Amino acid sequence: MTGHASPAALRGGRRRSRTAIAGFLAPFALLFLATYLVPAGYALYKSFFVVERDGPFGTPHDVFGGLSNYTKALGDSEFLRGIGRMLLFGVVQYPLMVALALVLALLLDTRSARLQRLMRLIYFAPYAVPSVVAALMWGFLYSPGLSPFTEGPGGLGIDVDFLGTHAILWSIANVVTWTYCGFNMIVLVTALQTIDRDLYRAARVDGASDWQIVRHIKLPLLRPALVLITVFSIIGILQLFTEPQVLSTLTGSITSDYTPSLAAFNEAGANNYSYAAAISMILAVVTAVLSTVFMRIAWRNR
Amino acid sequence: MTAALPPAQGRLRSLAPLVVLTAAAGYFLLPLWWLFVASTKSRGDLAVTPGLWFSDLALFGNLKDLFTHEDGVYVRWLVNTALYAGLGAALATLFSAMAGYVFAKHRFRGREAAFGVVLAGVLVPPAALALPLFLLFSSAELTNTYWAVLVPSAVSPLGVYLARVQVEAAVPDELIEAARMDGAGEYRIFFAIVLRLVRPALVTIFLFQSVAIWNNFFLPLIMLTDSDLYPVTLGLFSWNTQVLGDPDLTRLVVAGSLVSVVPLALAFVSLERYWRGGPLAGGVKG
Repeated sequence: MTGHASPAALRGGRRRSRTAIAGFLAPFALLFLATYLVPAGYALYKSFFVVERDGPFGTPHDVFGGLSNYTKALGDSEFLRGIGRMLLFGVVQYPLMVALALVLALLLDTRSARLQRLMRLIYFAPYAVPSVVAALMWGFLYSPGLSPFTEGPGGLGIDVDFLGTHAILWSIANVVTWTYCGFNMIVLVTALQTIDRDLYRAARVDGASDWQIVRHIKLPLLRPALVLITVFSIIGILQLFTEPQVLSTLTGSITSDYTPSLAAFNEAGANNYSYAAAISMILAVVTAVLSTVFMRIAWRNR
Repeated sequence: MTAALPPAQGRLRSLAPLVVLTAAAGYFLLPLWWLFVASTKSRGDLAVTPGLWFSDLALFGNLKDLFTHEDGVYVRWLVNTALYAGLGAALATLFSAMAGYVFAKHRFRGREAAFGVVLAGVLVPPAALALPLFLLFSSAELTNTYWAVLVPSAVSPLGVYLARVQVEAAVPDELIEAARMDGAGEYRIFFAIVLRLVRPALVTIFLFQSVAIWNNFFLPLIMLTDSDLYPVTLGLFSWNTQVLGDPDLTRLVVAGSLVSVVPLALAFVSLERYWRGGPLAGGVKG
């Protein structure tokens, strides 16, 4: 990853090389600055201000408020509940999704090339469906009037309300699993294919069973891919927005601060920009801390 | 008894994985099948006939209504989506390749520190930046314009990372040096040699970024108020929020969802040989 400076670059004319570097880097660097660094800095800056009005009808203006937005957010039980909800979501949905992706990848790995190709296309298909459309589609499948599923179990005397207060979090989890499982499966199956098949043959000669090969060869070698999947999942889950936002048009179970991202969006919609910025900052910090801690643990226990 | 078991057991053992794989295929395909079936139905049939099988064919009527509703605004959304996801991803791919090439083959002070900042950017989901971007764009009075969605879409830190890895793996230093000896300029070297050698990675970056733009719902939602500027996703969402007042819109949301999935699905299938090597090929390293 950190490749050494190429000798070609060293021997080429220094000055010519320098203008070329600038020219090649400029478009990305300027856009990165404008759409990543400056907004992040601005959100941080904004989060220290509060809106004040001169009397009930006065024009609102920003005044420095120190950490008051942060203390407000951290004292807001609904906001904290939203973060807790995302952690619960992650603790349940993430292992299920990865387990499914892993099982499918391991099963596919030993199948014929033709079956493998077909199944990979099928499993990957949901990834090509934009998450808004996935949520709309599952929303229909969850709606009592349209769904082919709510009728069936209901007829058996079991009442399923996919959009009810208790089920909704898991209904969202299903949409997320459906969308991203195949993507993760492809990452894993690709990693499996880079493993030298001679390892399996050698293990067989030593009398290893299928399960022992999985346990002692495949799983350890899948580790980097699993770490990558996990980090992307931590980020994605904490920022969960699209699916609950789309499904919230169908049910009252999803409140305006159901997830931290929804809370930030709705606070911004109510013109509480600095409070929304503080929420975004807290969310970014939680995300950064969790993914860094995870990566530290994952690489230490190698 | 024990003598009879092994063959049966053997068959079961080879059958069980197939059953699991097929069941999974069913799970992933079922909603898409439902969407396809539902888009062929009239409004009445949609509500009363079984969801997973056809009734009277109303697909063409649905499509006609979809493309003509509100003076054909859906067509506009498709064009906008092609602009945001297509042009945005194309620009992002080019800029990523240029930056990735510099990080891979040129030495300059602060290179690894700068690359570290870019990598940190990979960990920041675009949705988290949408809100501060909105505040910045609104102070520049750029919200509710094409630029508001297009500019952030042309940046891909992940693309820079993948491009760097690929250039390091696929472009030998000797080749660059030889080209330089022959008097080729830096730009010529990049466009004529480097880009050609990393083409598969470029397709991967392009696909990735277009999916990321497709999926970044927060950004257009917060930036755009004029429905003429909407991408398909936001347009369908806005129709869906009006379903209570106009139930007939359900039909259009269903048909519109189906139509919106087709272009990207075709792109994925036709470019399959590029992502078959893994969507993050080269990015997953120990």
